[in-house]
Amino acid sequence: MSLIDSISRPRAVRLPRIDGLIQWIVPLAIIAIWQLASVTGFVPTRVLPAPSDVVLSGWKLLLSGELVRNIWVSFWRASIGFLIGGSIGFAFGLANGLSQLSAKLTDTTLQMVRNVPHLALIPLVILWFGIDESAKLFLVALGVFFPIYLNTLHGIRTVDPQLIEMGRIYGMTDGELFRRVIFPGALPSIFVGIRFALGIMWLTLIVAETIAASSGLGYMAMQAREFMLIDVVVLSILIYALLGKLADSASRVLERLTLSWHPAFQKR
Amino acid sequence: MQTALRTALPETELASQANFAPHARVVREERLAQTSGLPLTIRGLRKSFGDNEVLRGIDLHIPAGQFVAIVGKSGCGKSTLLRLIAGLDKIDAGSISFGQDVKPEDIRVMFQEPRLLPWARVLANVEVGLGRDRASQDADARAERALTEVGLADKRHQWPSVLSGGQKQRVALARALVSRPRVLALDEPLGALDALTRISMQRLLERVWRDQGFTAILVTHDVAEAVALADRVLVIEEGRIAHDVVVHAGRPRARGSVELAGLESSILSHLLSADDRT
Repeated sequence: MSLIDSISRPRAVRLPRIDGLIQWIVPLAIIAIWQLASVTGFVPTRVLPAPSDVVLSGWKLLLSGELVRNIWVSFWRASIGFLIGGSIGFAFGLANGLSQLSAKLTDTTLQMVRNVPHLALIPLVILWFGIDESAKLFLVALGVFFPIYLNTLHGIRTVDPQLIEMGRIYGMTDGELFRRVIFPGALPSIFVGIRFALGIMWLTLIVAETIAASSGLGYMAMQAREFMLIDVVVLSILIYALLGKLADSASRVLERLTLSWHPAFQKR
Repeated sequence: MQTALRTALPETELASQANFAPHARVVREERLAQTSGLPLTIRGLRKSFGDNEVLRGIDLHIPAGQFVAIVGKSGCGKSTLLRLIAGLDKIDAGSISFGQDVKPEDIRVMFQEPRLLPWARVLANVEVGLGRDRASQDADARAERALTEVGLADKRHQWPSVLSGGQKQRVALARALVSRPRVLALDEPLGALDALTRISMQRLLERVWRDQGFTAILVTHDVAEAVALADRVLVIEEGRIAHDVVVHAGRPRARGSVELAGLESSILSHLLSADDRT
């Protein structure tokens, strides 16, 4: 995705100062129109509170410490679940990409499990783990596992065989071949997997926290619904959007750092 | 030299070689005497892929330091022969010997594609060619020397993706040469380059070969290139050496000279007449 973005972006017309701001024009315009619609009564506040009200309720929650605590809980669940599921997916991707035996042994099974929507497991997971932390971590890890597994496997399988032959001719050991040829070759594909996984990570966490949790952003939103605090509901949704964007930006930065050899990432 | 050839070649090939008698003369001995190259002896070499017998008994002796070009139609087995010499594929029958024990670094291959690591800078790509000496302290210095030889020292910190096709191939040449190989196998290394880049690469190849004196084996479909570079041109037809032609013109060679053009057209007419027969 990001590769295509950066390739198709015309470099010549880039204006450095405005370029960073352009992407915020549309969100800001939407907020302005929204505020206007609320103030004039075009949209009743029962349906959608004004942005100023949302900011105000956010400020209150911030002062009470509730907001930070809930964000922290959600962030912690997301990261730990991502790390667990991501590392297992990466390990299986490596093993099945490098070893025919391992692929024969596990790939069919994994492909079968992949076709079960992991959110369908929520009832089962609640029965197993109750509504404590391990249930959420399990679901996030499961959701994150597949995109990382599939893209790591794909990346390793599609490394140019001519480069691998070259490495062997020049006497690289298996370890060197992996470190210098196979892994760097698979990295762009692994990053595609990571960015897919980040999306799934938030999605899973929202659903899990909405259905079965006693803390976290999803829980905060559900509780606000009970008390008809629609501004807090909207606030939670906006924070999810912001956190999602943050995670995506972080992976982009990492991509830029590690793929600096790639023509799409080279600065003029 | 001639006697060595005589013993290595079956009667039929000697007869066809006679067609080239006006051009065929003894390769200058004085250059071969001071070579670092390895001699190469191939006996009864056969190779099949499934039911398809690609090489049907190759007997060949290449003296140390000779520049040999192998030409033939696509699918005649010339690339297979080169891959066997370079040790990339397994031999079905027969033998290839270099007259002594060789280290992996003694034999290097260059392909039509540069096969550079896109994620390593130019200098690091050249260091790959050092093989087991990669970790040694003078690795950088040796790689820089090899890059200087191919005229790309100023590109050492670039990514391969910013180089032109000819420059990439020069980096690949530097990588092949950095371990000071004694045999260099070239599989259509200039096949993907434009005409002008090709000519300058041919000059570069000839120069480094003269400087370093390795044994060079060049597979090409371009007869003009074969005649311009090689001491000797082998024509392969249907898995056998059909003709063995010695090019005696002095070096550096004048491109387009009457002598080379005549040799080129007579080799071409052989290749084309083989085409008519099938």
